[in-house]
Amino acid sequence: MNEAAGERVAAATPTPPRLEWRVATVVSTREETRRTRTLILDIPQWPGHRAGQHVDVRLVAEDGYQAQRSYSIASAPAEGTVALTVERLDDGEVSPYLCDVLHPGDGVEVRGPIGGYFVWEAARKGPLLLVGGGSGVVPLMAMLRQHARSGPAARAEVPVRLLYSARTLDDVIYRAELEQLADPPHVEVAITLTRAAPPDWSGYHRRIDRAMLEAVSWPPSAEPNVYVCGPTPLVESVATLLVELGHTASRVRTERFGPTG
Amino acid sequence: MADKPFIARGFHSRRAAAPPGRLPPGQYETLDFPVLSAGPTPHTSLATWDFTIRGADEASPSMRWSWDELQALPHETPTVDIHCVTKWSKFDTKWEGVSVDTLLAAARAAGVPDGAFILAFCDGGYTTNLPLADVTGGKAWVAFGFDGAPLAPEHGGPARLLVPHLYFWKSAKWVRGLTLLPDDEPGFWEQLGYHDRGDPWREQRYQGDL
Repeated sequence: MNEAAGERVAAATPTPPRLEWRVATVVSTREETRRTRTLILDIPQWPGHRAGQHVDVRLVAEDGYQAQRSYSIASAPAEGTVALTVERLDDGEVSPYLCDVLHPGDGVEVRGPIGGYFVWEAARKGPLLLVGGGSGVVPLMAMLRQHARSGPAARAEVPVRLLYSARTLDDVIYRAELEQLADPPHVEVAITLTRAAPPDWSGYHRRIDRAMLEAVSWPPSAEPNVYVCGPTPLVESVATLLVELGHTASRVRTERFGPTG
Repeated sequence: MADKPFIARGFHSRRAAAPPGRLPPGQYETLDFPVLSAGPTPHTSLATWDFTIRGADEASPSMRWSWDELQALPHETPTVDIHCVTKWSKFDTKWEGVSVDTLLAAARAAGVPDGAFILAFCDGGYTTNLPLADVTGGKAWVAFGFDGAPLAPEHGGPARLLVPHLYFWKSAKWVRGLTLLPDDEPGFWEQLGYHDRGDPWREQRYQGDL
């Protein structure tokens, strides 16, 4: 490439700064369920994030061995600290360390924020439909918390509905906070349990299906912005059903994962 | 600023070491085949599916293959390691497809103007950019078979690009063609903070990584 062309390209797309590894300090921890724990991190020079983004966590052993994993951010932007909710995988190597070994005051390396597509901002028009399975609720929680922080007028303008699939009631992450946040018709929370349900359970008790999505979601004509996060089979099924129900594919944003240990 | 790793006190490897030289930095070996994509899985009928190689200028000649025409080209069966930017690597994956060299040779013969870069385009609107040098010389395929079976839709079927020496988002799912370009043009993830080249051995995950 000649110099003139190089200058033109450089002017059009300035090279962004590298995302540096930073040593975050664990401010506090909270056991969410038997298998999940939230780490509240203070990250020096944190540039801020958007709801739905994630960070990379790196662990380096004394002998130089290192492991990296990605974790979704659960906190709203502008909370000052960054919350990660981590699911403990018994045969994993990063999640057991984050869930069992780290204590308040400890350091841990992170870099981010990462991801620019599975993000929601309060300025985005249209109702907000969140569909999550298991720990896939984590990035959706950042969006719900962000929504809760917007003013009453903005909240009335952008209603939000969360459909959350968990195995049992004990596996529901953020259960108390979800009950607090629920404020129909502005904020509606529907939970479906796919395994055991308590005898007095009044929510859904089956896998997410077409009828449930139709009942919970707005019609396609309302042009909701849809965010689906969870294990691959759930995301595949939900995203396909939403398109069949008439939602525009480009309005359905997905984040899929298998467990990452 | 040089990275000086912070030692995670009490952390040690819980995995069997991968064979030397096979695992790029920051990756771990998985035996699963995880699925990651940004939107719903598109389903395109093979009767209407086609693959196109074209130039930046829409008026210039382009080359198009139907599904049957693509299948009639010589097949290759590469066995390769793949590396996803989300940290997993999978060894010895077995694919079936047509070499991008084969397709480009036919496109050139048909008068498609050459370019130093390509932008792969896909059903669902996904795009990804690559230097031409990364998809030529036996390094890239349009793959439609995996592990002896047709490539499943959630893994990019009916056909995906396969460029195993780069992070796997470059191996665009549901690929429908390549645009040859004189200059590099960032694709979908590349506009959203991911690296323009994505060499896993240099750990080029995000924009700004050297």
